Order: sequence, then structure tokens, then C-alpha cells
Amino acid sequence: MEKRPFNDASYEQYLNDRRIMGSRCKKCSALALPPRPICVSCHGSDLEWVELKGKGKLAGFTSIVVAPPAMAREGFGRNNPYVVGVVELDEGVKAVSRITGVDARNPDQIRVGMPLQADFASKGEGHARQTSLVFKP
Amino acid sequence: MARKRKLARGVAVVGGGLTKLGLFKDRNCKDFFAEAYTEMVNSVDKGIDPKDIDAVYVGNFTNDFFVKQSHWAPIIADLLGNVPKPVTRTEGACASSALAFREGVLAIASGMYDIVLVGGFEQMSKCSTEEVAEGLAMAASPYEVAAGFTFPGVFGTMATAYFAKYGATREALFNVTIKSHNNAPLNPKAQFPMTVRDFMNARIERSKKKAEPVPAWKDEKAYLADPAANPPVAWPMHLFDCCPISDGAACMLLVAEDMARNFTDVPIHVAGLGQGSGYSLHAKKDLTSYEATRAAGNAAYEMSGLTPNDIQFSEVHDCFSIAELVTMEDLGFVKPGQAHRAVADGMTRLDGPRPINTSGGLKSKGHPVGATGVAQLYEVWTQLRGQAGNRQVPNPNLRIGAAHNLGGTGGTCTFTILERR
Ligand SMILES: [Zn+2]
Repeated sequence: MEKRPFNDASYEQYLNDRRIMGSRCKKCSALALPPRPICVSCHGSDLEWVELKGKGKLAGFTSIVVAPPAMAREGFGRNNPYVVGVVELDEGVKAVSRITGVDARNPDQIRVGMPLQADFASKGEGHARQTSLVFKP
Repeated sequence: MARKRKLARGVAVVGGGLTKLGLFKDRNCKDFFAEAYTEMVNSVDKGIDPKDIDAVYVGNFTNDFFVKQSHWAPIIADLLGNVPKPVTRTEGACASSALAFREGVLAIASGMYDIVLVGGFEQMSKCSTEEVAEGLAMAASPYEVAAGFTFPGVFGTMATAYFAKYGATREALFNVTIKSHNNAPLNPKAQFPMTVRDFMNARIERSKKKAEPVPAWKDEKAYLADPAANPPVAWPMHLFDCCPISDGAACMLLVAEDMARNFTDVPIHVAGLGQGSGYSLHAKKDLTSYEATRAAGNAAYEMSGLTPNDIQFSEVHDCFSIAELVTMEDLGFVKPGQAHRAVADGMTRLDGPRPINTSGGLKSKGHPVGATGVAQLYEVWTQLRGQAGNRQVPNPNLRIGAAHNLGGTGGTCTFTILERR
């Protein structure tokens, strides 16, 4: 398991196991989520896996009314907006993700800074199963 | 380690052309580029023999997707009769043609060429709105797209972060939109040559004609605050915060500074040239800043020896209204958190102390993405030559202007300072 490459595919495999795994540079301790093969702080490539707790706060968000094709196919759009945002995790890194459990129709009531915790949303079965990280209050 | 970067040889702009912007389904990018090129040739005061053009750089974002045609450089070479001279396409999303301008400047500065044509073009009208959104999203970061973000959604997210950090509200965005639209009727090339009040009055007239209840908006801000008139796209971005879908082309003629007077008595010099790259949303340290813009600004200021206070007017990439506020701060025109106040106070109006987007900006002038970078520089060049007609900046000593171009969600930004000496 610890031999997995530090890339998007490994990140997604871990998400399928309901784990949020980032990379940490052994030289300068910089944390990256999703994992990176090269540390952008010191350019080192001696890395280790770190599991994140999935707690954080909302740094910025939007409620999308005009949906892209992939979201429109799931029924989102003008009559069914959805919220996505940037979550700043307690460990200091950020994630972009769907935000569920908030009122997408009343975005002026959603507060930047509100505490959030990670959840996992899966689609498909077997090899086709894809899990994405979502956050909720 | 770092050394002061400068051009090994000075470069000047001696000609420019820009199409009328809009939706022109029955024409194509060759038509657009030929129109801009013809205006450019006629704009060179002492004339240009097209045979003397050494090389061409053209920016295009994604006609590959929008009209299913790639490899545009030889199409342009064929169109202009440049075959077999070198023609190169540059791509940096919405900053594609600012990169073409930059490559043209660097090619002359290196001593390789003396006379270079730079430009850009895009045709978006052949796609549905949904297809255009899909094409534009190809320039967002893969992580943003996977999470369900749209282009306006990324800018909306920056807007909510900006509001929370600095206590601004949607009124700050209204002020940007109203200000830019006030300039558009003065620009004969603008796609929407109307003020926000013109839009509001047209809507009221329509209601009267149809014998519907007539909306009672007390002013433009009330109109923009009404979701029936200004529907949401991606909170807090609404229709009037978003640039339109456009077709068009722009080009400029660059020459080595030492030969500029052979072409015109009013050459406009390239004083500063900056380009930067940026992270996608999750990796940004600060959601209320573009690191690519800061890097581009710093590079251009350093090269020119100028400071933000020396920039008398500018074109700023307002693909979404919030981008204009954030960019004003990143370029040092105002301190972080002050842009919303400065716009409210009229600093950036055409008759204000630091006009921004005299052309009407992308919002009202139009945003054919691959043409935009050079279209912005065309406006700065036109103003510096005193040829901007009714939208001429009312300053008899206009000497220094600049253009900021932003690609994608901020991944590629340029800042170019032009000077009349
Ligand atoms: Zn490191």
C-alpha cells in the first residue's frame, strides 16, 4: 500500500476506501492534497503518505445555477442548484469539493468560515466505482 | 540569482486593427482576421509593405473545439500571403494572444526579426451556450472540473471569499458592471454598446408594449439586484457579472524601436512585459489574489522602472466582475481590500483619476477569447495615440497605459505596459 505512486490515481483509490490521503515531503514537511510527485516548496521528491482527518472550514463557495453537462445529467441546473467550494482543512491544505447539507437556493445564508466535515459519495460498482470527496456541516 | 530583465532591443507598436465584436455565424476566423489585418495595414501612418513582415504570432484558445479545426498558423499564413514565412500559434486560454504579443516582442528584441505581426482570433458563435461553457471549462483546472465547478463558479468562489474577507457585497460588483457599460456606447467596436440604464429602459419599454406590469426599478442597482432582470449563474455571479460569447480578431504590427520612425511619427513603445503562472483554487495560498497577476505585474514594473501609480489608465481582464476588483489590488493600483471602495468612489470611471476598461471591458465590448489580449492592447495603443474618439481619456498628457490579460481561472496572466515617448 505504501508503495503507491503519489498521483491522482492513488488518491482516487484511497477515496474508494473512504480515506483522504495526501503526500508529505520528508525534507521540508510540506503537505499536498491531492498528493504530488514533486514537492512544490523545496522541489524534493522523497515523500510519504499522510492521512487527513477531514475536518475544516469553508474558505469560499458558489451555488451553481447554470450547470455543466456532467452535473446537468444528474438533474442539477436552474431548478436545482448545487454548492461547490474550497475547504481549508485543519492540517492547512485545501480541497475543492461539493458542499452538501446547505441550502443551495439561499446562498446568501451560507457563511464563509463555517465548520465542515468530510463525507464520501460513490457512484458505480466494482472497477467502475468512483468515490468523490464531499463536505457537509 | 535574480537579475533585472530587460529587452536586448526596444520594440514599438506602429499599427493595429480590431474587428467589430459580436456573433457572426455566417463568417469565419479567416474573415475576422482579414478584417483586423486590413485595418492594421491602413493604420500604419507611413505605410507597410506586407512583404517586409518577417514572422507572425497568432493566439487562439480553442477553435479546435469551437469550430473543430486545429493548426491555425498555416491557415493564417495562407490567408495573408505569408507562406513560407514562419507563423506560430500560441495558446494560454483567454490570454492566448497576449502571449502572441509577448513572443513577437521577444523575437524582435532577440535580434532575430525586425517586423512582426501579432494577433489573435476566436469564433464561439457556432456553438450552443452549453457547448461554449464546456469548451471554456477545458481551461479550468482538472480538479475544479471534477468537483463540479464551472468557470463562473470559480470566480464566484473567489467573490464569496473576497466579500467575507473585506466586508464587500454584490453592490461592489454592480459598480464594476455599471462603470464598464457606461463606456461601451462610446466604442463603435463594442458588442453591447449600451449602458445598464439602456438595458433597464429597453426592458421597461418591452413590458409597456406587451401590456405587462411595468417593473418599477428606481435605478440601475435596483435593476441588477432583481433576479428577473439579472438572473444568477453561479452565486454571486449573475448574468451582468459575466462576459458574453463573442467572435472577433485583433492584430498589431511590432517593429524594432530603431526603425519605428520609418512607419509613424507616433510609435508606441513596449515599456514593460510581464507574464506569470498560477495555481488552481485548492493550491492557492489566498483565494482573493492571483499569483500569476502579481508575478506579471512585478515583472513589467521592474522592466519598465515604473510603479503602479505611473499607470494612467488600463484595460483589466474583467471576464467576471470580481476579477477586475482582485486584479486592481494584485497590480498595486490600490491596497488589498480597497478596490471595491475605489470603484464606488469613481476612481476607475472614464473621467476618474485612473480609468479602467475605457473600451467597455470584456463584459460590454465582448470577449472572443483568443483575440482578447491583443484587443486590449489595441485599446491602450489607440488611447495613447489620442484616437479613441468619444471615449478618449480626458488627460492631455496621456503617456502610459497598460493591459492585463488573464487566462483560464488565473493560470496564465500577462501585464504589458505601453508608453508614448
Ligand atoms: Zn519539500
